[in-house]
Amino acid sequence: MNEKKRITTPFTAEQARLLRAGDAVLITGTIYTGRDAAHKRLIELLDAGKPLPCELRDQIIYYVGPTPARPGDIIGAAGPTTSYRMDAYAPRLMAETGLRGMIGKGLRSPRVAAAIRDHHGVYLAAIGGAGALLASTVRSCEMVAYPDLQSEAIRRLEVVDFPAVVVLDCEGNNLYESGRRAYLDFVRAQQGGER
Amino acid sequence: MRTISAAEISDAVRALCIESNRILPDDMRRGLAAARKNEPWPTAAGVLDDIIENYRRAERLEMPVCQDTGMACVFVELGQEVHIDGSLEDAIQEGVRRGYLDGYLRKSVVSDPIERINTLDNTPAVITYDVVTGDRLTITVAPKGAGSENMGRLAMLKPSDGLAGVKKFVLDAVEAAGPNPCPPIVVGVGIGGNFDRVALLAKRALLRPIDRRNPNPAYAALEKELLDSINALGIGPQGFGGRTTALGVNIEVFATHIAQLPCAVNIGCHVTRHQTAVL
Repeated sequence: MNEKKRITTPFTAEQARLLRAGDAVLITGTIYTGRDAAHKRLIELLDAGKPLPCELRDQIIYYVGPTPARPGDIIGAAGPTTSYRMDAYAPRLMAETGLRGMIGKGLRSPRVAAAIRDHHGVYLAAIGGAGALLASTVRSCEMVAYPDLQSEAIRRLEVVDFPAVVVLDCEGNNLYESGRRAYLDFVRAQQGGER
Repeated sequence: MRTISAAEISDAVRALCIESNRILPDDMRRGLAAARKNEPWPTAAGVLDDIIENYRRAERLEMPVCQDTGMACVFVELGQEVHIDGSLEDAIQEGVRRGYLDGYLRKSVVSDPIERINTLDNTPAVITYDVVTGDRLTITVAPKGAGSENMGRLAMLKPSDGLAGVKKFVLDAVEAAGPNPCPPIVVGVGIGGNFDRVALLAKRALLRPIDRRNPNPAYAALEKELLDSINALGIGPQGFGGRTTALGVNIEVFATHIAQLPCAVNIGCHVTRHQTAVL
């Protein structure tokens, strides 16, 4: 990966259009946490025509359920959860709220990839399981909604240089396909060279 | 008869829950170091560096390595000459409850799969009991996160599918999982038994160190062959491409029926954790 690109929030379509699958990025600004149970509630609010607990236009949702912070700490371990469980909800959030970016890990559905193209968004992966490493980029953590959901509550995080990689970009590129292909091409070229 | 108190058991389980979530076992550290050394793809090498830095930092900061501190899977080997003063089941659940509360671990358990209300203390643990000879009580706590657990598969293959069918089933499971289970992964494989036993074999396979091969040479060779096949897929660390898709393949087998060839794959992530205490 080449030089890391810097992303600040709010994160606009103009910013998103500059990103390509495989880009390493550092995110600074406000991001919102949300995963399975919180997404379900957000969609129920949209169904009921009610306002959401936070403005999502040009925002980034981080699929994370952190461990509880110890006394004196800002947050506990805070790595990404697997994203496909939010596939049922993500296209509607992008279409109806203007949500621009998602951070998680793992495969997304074709519908999510299409929504990212249609709405000029981006899907980023952080390193799954790197809970301690990613926690160190969080400068503040504030409850926004659904404290009863515990680790699944929606929280507002202020992050500095949160590291992630672009997986799906608004041109339809997919790092999980292109990265693997590039590596396998490299292996084949090496084997060819050895013959 | 040797007597062990319920309180002693709870204390041990509490400590195991906290330690297992903060400290990556030595075999995984060795596996990650070796994988980093052998990884020819720069992106993948960078991801492995971050993964290694993460477990080191977690230990230093006394923080969980991963935010998914899992369901507590507890494996009990109860010596038949041990008398437990109190309820063994209650003592273990109490230890898990205290470990997850006192250790600031995530409470990820819901009481009912449909209603989904959090139990707030990560109980109940999934406990597996074995009665063995002797007067010892051996307890292993293996927290298992959902990202990898959800990628597990089980098939009742036909005897005619044979070894080739088993290989295909394992490779297909890893291929389908792709980046989801947080590669580099550990692949636990169960072969034989019946529907329920084969799943337990696959899970137990993840408790064996990744650098210790199955004592049966044929299965040891199959572990190596499958590991090579998996690492030729190119999925790589986190699925970004690279050599290191798996750190190890562990196979456990059991006798089976003339009409059966059960096969199960239980995938562990790069934070495949477990700690054991002997009382």
